[in-house]
Amino acid sequence: MTEKKAEKYIDRRTFLRGAALGLAATALPLDKADASFWEAFFQKYYREMNEEEKKKVIQRLEKEYAQKYKKEIKVGDEKALPGVLFGYGLDLSRCIGCRRCVYACVDENNQSKDPQIHWITVLRFKKGEKFLDLEESEKYYNPSQVPEPGYFYMPVQCQQCENPPCVKACPTQATWKEPDGIVVVDYNWCIGCRYCMAACPYGARRFNWTTPNRKPEEINPKTHYLGNRPRYKGVVEKCTFCIQRTRNGRYPACVEACPVGARKFGNLLDPDSEMRQLIEHKRVFRLKEDLNTNPKFYYFFAYGR
Amino acid sequence: MKKYRLTALIFIGLLFSLFWAFPVPAPADEDIPKKFFVAPPPFSEGIFPCSQCHKGMPVNRTPRKLEQMHQDIVLRHMPGGWCFDCHNPNNRDTLRLANGNVVQFEESYNLCGQCHGTVLRDWKMGIHGKRTGMWNGEKQYLLCVHCHWPHDPKFKSIKPLPPPIQPSDIR
Repeated sequence: MTEKKAEKYIDRRTFLRGAALGLAATALPLDKADASFWEAFFQKYYREMNEEEKKKVIQRLEKEYAQKYKKEIKVGDEKALPGVLFGYGLDLSRCIGCRRCVYACVDENNQSKDPQIHWITVLRFKKGEKFLDLEESEKYYNPSQVPEPGYFYMPVQCQQCENPPCVKACPTQATWKEPDGIVVVDYNWCIGCRYCMAACPYGARRFNWTTPNRKPEEINPKTHYLGNRPRYKGVVEKCTFCIQRTRNGRYPACVEACPVGARKFGNLLDPDSEMRQLIEHKRVFRLKEDLNTNPKFYYFFAYGR
Repeated sequence: MKKYRLTALIFIGLLFSLFWAFPVPAPADEDIPKKFFVAPPPFSEGIFPCSQCHKGMPVNRTPRKLEQMHQDIVLRHMPGGWCFDCHNPNNRDTLRLANGNVVQFEESYNLCGQCHGTVLRDWKMGIHGKRTGMWNGEKQYLLCVHCHWPHDPKFKSIKPLPPPIQPSDIR
């Protein structure tokens, strides 16, 4: 019976080999066969690349961006600084919900303008209700003046968890936590399955449904491989604490944009940093602490005890 | 006996190493007033130095409605207060604390800290107020008066930037 079958049909290995070759032939456009395309196709996993390979990849990307946007875009790959664990503080007693941070972030991090992608969502809550009932929050509020009496505001962005559920969900390990605590995405390794978005309890990740749309003159040319370099269609992106700024010692863009100084940033391992000061001296909480994600994003109240 | 000598030697050595490690007792933090890298005070155009007008002018300490100059200043800070609670009548280019100490405009946070001590403490730690610059290096501080106009210090409401596009509005 089995012998007969083997005579009649192609054996499984031959079939698979043939199918794979055939598929490969249809899937890879041979007309686009310039070196850069094949280099991109066979690019290694970022964390397994050595310095030489990283340099090559970055050179290729810079060339691609220069062709695409007709301007020079620098792609950095600054490493995590030793002895640094980034933490973020947000003073809920000061935030007035003006959304300056949201748009400063968009300007800095090259998000798509249309379709619109924001990494920060500012939620508005009624004062005196059950505290932090996220179901009751409003993100489309649009009064003529803020703050409005009877409301308070809470910006939410990536909480840079120490125990990030999104990283566990990623089937290709395209997202991971860096030694300085920033959860990053390799846009060349992301397959766009969006499992991480489903896994994130904070709704902090955004998906590029189309090719990100942004005028070349609006592109911030100072970028980082794991941060704000121009993204592709079909990849997930998120807040990276402005990795291209903070790894060079600067404050994130949202911190510098906040008109009321509600946003704080610092090194959690430095006992003199403002982050450590506020954790030690103020009332602090973290969002959805019960999920054991251990966020490094601390909400606090500097005023009113 | 030899054993004791050795112990004594080690003990003396330890003592000396202690002195070597901490040669002078470090002065307490309060002794050296910490300098903050603050932006210059936000004076209105041409108003400073105050002495350019006030020089030779008699000092009038009675609270009244100002008619010739500074009419725009309505004191909505500390009801019942008057100019010389903070400004120095003897030298208009400076400020004066309640205890009589003179304070420069560049260090006006010390004046505000007389009443708002907890806020001044937070400001010095970096918790109150905006910081720009480097998180691990030179930080740019702002004076209290950059954000709070001292004569009416409540932060004024502003227009919010547009909300995100609602899914129903996406074409």
